[in-house]
Amino acid sequence: MGSYQTFSAHVRDNSPVALVTVIEGPHVGSTMVVTPVGIVGGSLGNSDIDRVVGRDALGELEAGRTLVRHYGPHGESTPEDLIDTETVRIFIESFSPPPLMWIFGAVDFTAALARVAKVLGYHVTVCDAREVFATRRRFPMADDVKVTWPTPMFTENGHRLSSRDAVCILTHDPKFDVPAIQGALATSAGYIGVMGSRKTHAKRLERMAEVGITSAADLARIHSPIGLDLGGRTPEETAISIVGEIIATRTGRNASPLGASDGAIH
Amino acid sequence: MRELLSDIDRWQTDGKRVAIARVVDIEGSGPRGAGAAMAVNQDGEVSGSVSGGCVESAVVSEALAILSGEQPSRVVTFGYSDDEAFAVGLTCGGIIHLFIQPLEW
Repeated sequence: MGSYQTFSAHVRDNSPVALVTVIEGPHVGSTMVVTPVGIVGGSLGNSDIDRVVGRDALGELEAGRTLVRHYGPHGESTPEDLIDTETVRIFIESFSPPPLMWIFGAVDFTAALARVAKVLGYHVTVCDAREVFATRRRFPMADDVKVTWPTPMFTENGHRLSSRDAVCILTHDPKFDVPAIQGALATSAGYIGVMGSRKTHAKRLERMAEVGITSAADLARIHSPIGLDLGGRTPEETAISIVGEIIATRTGRNASPLGASDGAIH
Repeated sequence: MRELLSDIDRWQTDGKRVAIARVVDIEGSGPRGAGAAMAVNQDGEVSGSVSGGCVESAVVSEALAILSGEQPSRVVTFGYSDDEAFAVGLTCGGIIHLFIQPLEW
């Protein structure tokens, strides 16, 4: 199997893979494929540089970074070793599995949010304990539909959530939303949003306090009421306001119009 | 690159040669970051994009020159710099560095 076949098989499989390419220097154009188990295909020209770059690529892959790094022809990387030697520029491109979005509550807003999340490349799971609502037919755009309660969902799968992932709780029902919030807080999910009016939110804070969710750090992680203040009403408009908030949370921006500020855009 | 795989597979199944162009670095403002990719086959058919449409046609010419062997695999730069006036650039004023190579690995 050629390097391209090995590489593309991993990408299709949604399993993490780094594609490493010499873009300048000896053996320009040669490639190597690196996964969490190590080098799985190709070579950059000699075993020394393969070993050094393979190790570095693994680190970049774990961090999900794509960048250019510089080496000597045999993988030399300290500044002293690079004096008076030819430089090899290496492009390390990380391909990570898609980020996850778990949506709790099989409601109208869920279908719109799942659609918008798919546009952004999320792997979307819809979760609701009510069998008649949580069906594939109602959510054909979701990657997965689970009929279960929040607590077992988080106990069994919560370890999969990382800072790139989002949990959106749209249930509107205290039986579901408090356990879902508790479960989400126990994960590393980068975004936790909970739907509800300001009144619902105030009541929910009381119920959360009853189960011991009171720390400022926990409360700061919860976006509630969910979404940016775009003034929209439809499920689709609401979905846009939710994913807008998810993006702004990730980038640390305050989501005001670019026209109202003068900083760098990218 | 993820989004290019099915076109690349189809072209390779048809026996077409393919070049890939990948953004390796951006200086200043740029519409797509490092990793944005575009594939071009020997007939000039295109999959994917590397900018907001600013440099794609120039990338096709470069890719075809590399596929035909007129040019080696290399880093190609588009944008504005003091000593060189490039024919094409990014309307947003950034500089984009692309690595273009035949897909022969």
